[in-house]
Formats: sequence, structure tokens, C-alpha cells
Amino acid sequence: MSVSLTDRPFEPGALVTAFCAGREETGAVATFVGLARAEKGRATVLELEAYPGFTEAAIGEIVDAAMRRFGLQDVVIVHRVGRIAPGEAIVFVATAAGHRREAFEACDFLMDYLKSRAPFWKKEHGPGGARWIEPTDRDRTDATRWDQE
Amino acid sequence: MARVLLFGRLADQAGWRDRRIEADDLAGLRAALAAADPELGEALAGPGVQVAVDKVLVRGEAVLTAGAEVAFLPPMSGG
Repeated sequence: MSVSLTDRPFEPGALVTAFCAGREETGAVATFVGLARAEKGRATVLELEAYPGFTEAAIGEIVDAAMRRFGLQDVVIVHRVGRIAPGEAIVFVATAAGHRREAFEACDFLMDYLKSRAPFWKKEHGPGGARWIEPTDRDRTDATRWDQE
Repeated sequence: MARVLLFGRLADQAGWRDRRIEADDLAGLRAALAAADPELGEALAGPGVQVAVDKVLVRGEAVLTAGAEVAFLPPMSGG
């Protein structure tokens, strides 16, 4: 299991290749890549702030919960911080399991957490200036799906 | 001397994000910050602002050891 933050662009394909290497008992790897949107010209740069050490630890706790809940074999999360241009990857999640259902669901679960509750502070820079962004109602309800099950 | 870290809109509002301040406990630290900048003091006590001491969330009061790291965290936005 690994959780890391990086202030440099990363190449998702290379991360998938590395994650899949040397697995003989893994039947399924599910991955998710989140990209920065331009919001039709409203966002020129997305700025993500984390609290180094604290942010990785908080994500790590949710990864542990996902490993237990879905019986995963492995998880890798890479998250960008700093200034991110539209089209660049913000987040990479990979889950490995014996079978596909667990891998898919765990990936979905982890993304709902990352989008709503993970310790990041997000600022959108655009032609009209900069503004801090709070999670949307959709992000919040997506995350609560998992509370009821 | 505690190391105080501000994140997100709190850092923008204060105009700084990392500062050393003399305080024995969290209440004393809040008082010192509010005395220097009353609007910041109010924002730090505002709804949804969480406090971490040495990277662990605390509720209510906390004693600060020498060199403690105190972070004020506005509502987290997710990635």
C-alpha cells in the first residue's frame, strides 16, 4: 500500500504498468485517473494545498478501511498538490483484488472519500480572480452512499 | 515556542502561513493570535475550523509542549 503526494506532473500509464507488475494472484486491477477541468475557460489553474504528513496519514487510514472492507490485496494512491493546469492528472487510484467487483467498488469508495473528505484545500484561479472551493453537494452525497451500506 | 501553521483561506486572510508564537496551551495561543489580529482570531474560532497538534486532531483544550506544531485547518475541500 502506498499513498504519496507530488508537486510534479505524473504519467498515469507508467503507474498502472508498475502496479500490475509481478502479480500472480491478482485477478483484477481497477484504476481511476482524475484530470483537472478547464471549466469552459473559468479555471486557468487549480491550486491544491495539503498538510504534508497529516494528509497522507488521513488518506492512509481510509485506505486501511478499504483494504479490510473490500478484502483488497494492494492500493496505490498518487495525488498532485500545488498548481495544476487543465488536462493534467490530479489523482491516480489503483486497487488490486482477487476478483473485479471488489477492485471496482474499492476504487469508487476511495474516490468518493478523496473528493469530499480528504485534507486538501482547493483554489481555482481564473480570469475573474481566485476562489476557494468547497465540496459540492454531489460530492457529499456520493460519500454518504457508503455510510448506509 | 509553538510553530503555528495556517491552511487554505485562513492563510490568505492572515497573510502568513507559518509563524512561531509563545504559548503554553491552545487557549493562550488563540488569545495571542487574536490580540495580534482580531479578525484572524475570530476566523480561527469559526465553524468547521479544526485544530491539529503535532499532526493529530484535537478537540477543545490542549497543553503545548516546547516546539509543538499547531495547525488550523479550515473545512477540507477534498482533492
